[in-house]
Amino acid sequence: MPELRVIRKYVEREDSHTLKSYVSSGGYAALNKALKMDTEEIIEIVKKSGLRGRGGAGFPAGIKWSFVPKDSKKPVYLCCNADESEPGSFKDREILEKDPHQMIEGIIIACYAINSHKAYIYIRGEMPYGAAQIENAIKEAYQRGYLGQNILNSGFDIDISLYRGAGAYICGEETGLLESIEGKKGEPRPKPPFPAQIGLFGCPTIINNVETLACVPHIINNGPEWFAEIGTPKNTGTKIYGLSGCINNPGLYELPLGITAQELIDEYGGGTIGGKKIKAISPGGSSSAILTADQLDLKLDFDTMAEVGSMLGTAGVTVIDESVSMVKVAQNLAHFYRDESCGQCVQCREGTWWLEKMLREIDEGKGSMEYIDIILDACSQMRGTTICALADGCAMPVASIVTKFRDEFEEHIKTGQSPAERKHYMGDWA
Amino acid sequence: MYFSAELKNRIDTIVSEHETNLSALLPVLREVQNKHGWLSKESMDEISEILDIPASNVQNVATFYTMYFTEPVGKHIIWQCRTLSCALKGAEHVEHYLCEKLGVKIGETTSDDKITLMEAECLASCGTAPAMLVDNTLHENLTKAKVDKIIEDLKNE
Repeated sequence: MPELRVIRKYVEREDSHTLKSYVSSGGYAALNKALKMDTEEIIEIVKKSGLRGRGGAGFPAGIKWSFVPKDSKKPVYLCCNADESEPGSFKDREILEKDPHQMIEGIIIACYAINSHKAYIYIRGEMPYGAAQIENAIKEAYQRGYLGQNILNSGFDIDISLYRGAGAYICGEETGLLESIEGKKGEPRPKPPFPAQIGLFGCPTIINNVETLACVPHIINNGPEWFAEIGTPKNTGTKIYGLSGCINNPGLYELPLGITAQELIDEYGGGTIGGKKIKAISPGGSSSAILTADQLDLKLDFDTMAEVGSMLGTAGVTVIDESVSMVKVAQNLAHFYRDESCGQCVQCREGTWWLEKMLREIDEGKGSMEYIDIILDACSQMRGTTICALADGCAMPVASIVTKFRDEFEEHIKTGQSPAERKHYMGDWA
Repeated sequence: MYFSAELKNRIDTIVSEHETNLSALLPVLREVQNKHGWLSKESMDEISEILDIPASNVQNVATFYTMYFTEPVGKHIIWQCRTLSCALKGAEHVEHYLCEKLGVKIGETTSDDKITLMEAECLASCGTAPAMLVDNTLHENLTKAKVDKIIEDLKNE
């Protein structure tokens, strides 16, 4: 089956990033339509479509928008989270670089719906090309009157600013992102209060992911029923799955929500490199608990993944084959979270550091058997005990790897096998 | 003071485009770093004065984000991705190759001050791994031949 391309429909056009290309394929028609609607009507349409956040948590977008106080005396902000930094995720970068106007149109419609006149697009510092593309797209949208005062003679004013990060995974956490736009370290805020009440500069703020916002014009154009019919009942619409790791055809595939991991890997990914057996997959970005080979017939949707103790997250699927050391995988991930912890909470700052250290020692053949239970204990103490979900994001994959591949860890500790003694501990390179 | 009139004007423009002085801090740090190559103590003090915010705020932010340099770096920065999808496609080998070729360790600068090698966490290029960001250009599906060419171009420019 071919992909079901809605958001990715024009990415192969050479000029897909331009306003000209976007408008020629029906772009900004949804905005015209939306500006004639009542704001409540738009929120109802998005609710009815079942659109769930594509940034990781899968929270229903329409419901999130309805949390903005109707009688706010303060300005309302919308922030588009373009901080895509979750290991295994590379879907937003394509939208930002190749078809940014659908996201911008989504932002304008969302702002109109929540009565916001100012939006920020927060893009990570490591995406200079994406930032340049967005800057151009914003400029084009101003020139054509989609942004600015009284857009399309609707009486509605809307400004969008691009804000560039400078290297910090934690700024993808929504309140870390707000702190960063305010000019501070990206340290997440305790919640409540939630950003819809007290967000950017103390004002009501909605934070939506790039892909989520890019869905909005299509929902307005085609109707909520159209969107709701794609996928499965509570997991609607298309989803851009990212496929990477030990796979023949890595890349992005836009498919109805709920495709199984096996289908994604075989039909679209062309199977594993060299036909090796799959050992595990990380189904939704590195913060998701791993799935083992016997779980590949599970549907990659929000609810199915939650039922088995993992999460769909960003739907960045990383495939790990039998030649890869799971000790090394766990260490690689712990290293990431150790580097990216903002350091506010003890459980996270210390926990990620100790996990990485113990996993590295096991990997280097210096581990002891008691490490296994200490690691699992540390993971359980890191979960649900911190301001944000970064500690959980480390503990979930690490605990799932150590639990599901305990034999491999024990064997590794017993034999003291170090990386140098192994041929294929992780990744060949030509 | 230490900044040129031109840089000060740029900073004034940036500040005018932001809602508060503090929220201009990240872009101002980037602007100054782009001009001077890195953020010295003097630069950070001057930013603190211009934005009228405590110097400790400036230092806090400059040291929190990995892309600000509070020590001198080379003319070019290589950000080599080490995270899982790149690791599965040989990122460790890429790192060793780069270290050997440049004669540096991660975080160090070549003796001619041309290239600093940094480790990056996931560059959102997992489908085209292994990857590295060189200044403002992302290089994907790296091979030895590609790496050789990139380094040669940086050295010869």
